[in-house]
Amino acid sequence: MTSFLYDTPGPRAKRRNVVYTIVFLAVLGLVAWWVLSAMADKNQLAAEKWTPFVTDSRVWTTYLLPGLTETLKAAALSILIALPLGALLGIGRLSDHRWVRVSTGALVEFFRAIPVLLLMIFANQIYRQFTTVSSDFRPLYAVVTGLVLYNASVIAEVVRAGVLSLPRGQGDAAEALGMRKSQTMLYVLLPQAVTVMLPALVSQLVVIVKDTALGGAMLGFAELLTEGRNITANYGANTIAALTVIALIFIAINFALTSCAGWLEKRLRQGKKSAAVALPAQAGPTDAETKSVSSA
Amino acid sequence: MKLRSTSAAAAAAVVLALTATACGTGSDSGSNGDKINVGIKFDQPGLGLKTPDGKYAGFDVDVARYVAKELGFAEDKINFKQAPSAERENLIKNGDVKFVVASYSINDKRKKEVDFAGPYFLAHQDLLVRADDSSITKVEDLNSKKLCSVTGSTSAQNVKEKLAPKADLQQLGGYSECLTGLENKAVDALTTDDSILAGYASQKDHAGKFKLAGLRMSDEKYGIGVKKGDDELRGKINKALEKMVSDGTWEKLVKEHFGPSGYKYEPAPKVEN
Amino acid sequence: MFDFLDSGQYDLLGAFWVTAKLTFFSAIGSLIWGTALVTMRVSPVPMMRAFGTVYVNVVRNTPLTVVIVACLMCLNQTLLVSLGGKGSEDIGFRLAILGLVAYTGTFVCEALRSGINTVPPGQAEAARALGLSFFQVLTLVVLPQAFRSAVTPLANVLIALTKNTTVAAAISAAEAASLMKKMIEFEADALFAVFAVFAFGFMVLTLPTGLLLGWAAKRLAVKR
Repeated sequence: MTSFLYDTPGPRAKRRNVVYTIVFLAVLGLVAWWVLSAMADKNQLAAEKWTPFVTDSRVWTTYLLPGLTETLKAAALSILIALPLGALLGIGRLSDHRWVRVSTGALVEFFRAIPVLLLMIFANQIYRQFTTVSSDFRPLYAVVTGLVLYNASVIAEVVRAGVLSLPRGQGDAAEALGMRKSQTMLYVLLPQAVTVMLPALVSQLVVIVKDTALGGAMLGFAELLTEGRNITANYGANTIAALTVIALIFIAINFALTSCAGWLEKRLRQGKKSAAVALPAQAGPTDAETKSVSSA
Repeated sequence: MKLRSTSAAAAAAVVLALTATACGTGSDSGSNGDKINVGIKFDQPGLGLKTPDGKYAGFDVDVARYVAKELGFAEDKINFKQAPSAERENLIKNGDVKFVVASYSINDKRKKEVDFAGPYFLAHQDLLVRADDSSITKVEDLNSKKLCSVTGSTSAQNVKEKLAPKADLQQLGGYSECLTGLENKAVDALTTDDSILAGYASQKDHAGKFKLAGLRMSDEKYGIGVKKGDDELRGKINKALEKMVSDGTWEKLVKEHFGPSGYKYEPAPKVEN
Repeated sequence: MFDFLDSGQYDLLGAFWVTAKLTFFSAIGSLIWGTALVTMRVSPVPMMRAFGTVYVNVVRNTPLTVVIVACLMCLNQTLLVSLGGKGSEDIGFRLAILGLVAYTGTFVCEALRSGINTVPPGQAEAARALGLSFFQVLTLVVLPQAFRSAVTPLANVLIALTKNTTVAAAISAAEAASLMKKMIEFEADALFAVFAVFAFGFMVLTLPTGLLLGWAAKRLAVKR
């Protein structure tokens, strides 16, 4: 893809590349050796800190799997609520009425400008003060509320960009057939936009899964990262081992989602050469925009 | 027409938001049906710990079980809930739990929000240091040391405001994080109640690694938190606690949970009515 | 309603100053690290390409909270890295920057990579025909154009970074989110006012960035 940046290596360049590779590996090896030897020195590699994750299935059944369930539950709830809400906001921003456009626009910009963590902390306090939601669910509610508010506004932009990316003729043709604005949107524009923006939406799911960990660190939401603390209380403060395992679980889930998004995008591009891939005007924090720009 | 669809959309959005936030308001009495909800710690070995088999163990847990039994709830009728330090008052005020037994020291600030039965245990703020470290013998030694405690805990505040304002205090999310630092010599001491420290020191994974410094830097009377004004429940719990001491259960439980660490615990405090 | 602002009890400006400093240093660091990563990802050395790809895919898929906590637990508490910081608060601040750079660098890398893709192959081919080496092709011809067309995605990364600095609260850096959490607990009556103040603070930080860089993107775009 980027091979036009350098010539096909000849014999000298090949030799040079081998030297570079060796030097690079040596540096990597040195860093790894330093880290591992320092950790071994501090007994952090001791078997009793790491083996529970392999030998003791209770670590998984009592802590990790319930934590993972909470993480996935929060992520699933958030995307399920944020999707329709985001679609509505996105359509609102395309409305013919100025006041609808302006008010939804303000809402979307507001929630995109504020860190999710602040939204979560705020929601948590609201539930605590004004509702009787049991403490079992309050952190989950707070996390989901924060994620929904933020991601709905990101999805709104994705939807808007998706609809705008469709050829003008689609809307014109629908109008010529005598369809109403709502019918045009519902039967013609949205179905096409959804397929175009599918990869961006899946990437957004990665952002959501990652952000659930915020609620664990700050609100005591019993997700994967929080459960790590209960593990370390039982297995001799093996914080680093627990953190490593938890990170690996997150990476596995998100890598699967990212690959899924990439696969969808490739399929869509092959299937419909003409359609542009959704390009949110100014997408959210992380994956949405990189995904869309990398396809631009 | 267009207006109608967009306003319908807006209305739908509002309804969605409302249902998303309003559904599932929980029980309010702290005891649903024939079960009783009790708040404990899940991550403090020796006091309240969620063990790998999904059960709960520790001194606080057994005290809670004893009290619940006296209140007429058998062991399988107890529903343990996690009561993180910052949430304890809220759990009681919201009625999420009937009472809280979670290394909950009685102080005036908390008394404004909840009532306390007990005390049932007298702990002191102390230090956990590496077993081979004998450089800390008095409170003044702390000023040149790196300490670790849990974010927002009373022990952390004590160090900052009274004991050793010049000490470098690192505040982390949990005790295990501090222990990692202590083990690796990133910090010199972990400070909190000696009862909690004893629990960590006597875990088999930590055997011989750490010791208590034995400085009694404060008095922490552990009470059982109940809803403000619920004198009936408070009275019943106090009676249960008195009985627990007089029938020897208290002694037995303390020995069971703190004995192995060689921790010199105080005799049972007198219940204040 | 906004009495708490005058009480002098909370260092609101101080907290936002920490947020701004975190953003500033992390932004510079991420730009450098991201450029280094993208150089590796397009380099002729397969080993470096592999490292770049693996690093980006691993770090990008890890929650930032985990990255930052890992910085504290692994680097500071185990390897005793303090980055020259004195006192735990200073160390926390520096480690938070390190974590933010490690994480945000991957997004900078991806934004730049897409920027490189917009540069017509003819440009690099012409440069190669002139006898420029890979490094010269990249630094003199391709990257300058890539940066100009990547202003919009980079601006989004910067805005996301500004908001992500709140995660540093997880290792108790004294920035805005941890102050808000504290204030919300002690000023429960003024809940909405407290939220409004912090929301406003972040909008002041992020909205001008968006507008300014949006304008810059238009000015700098390579006309083709």
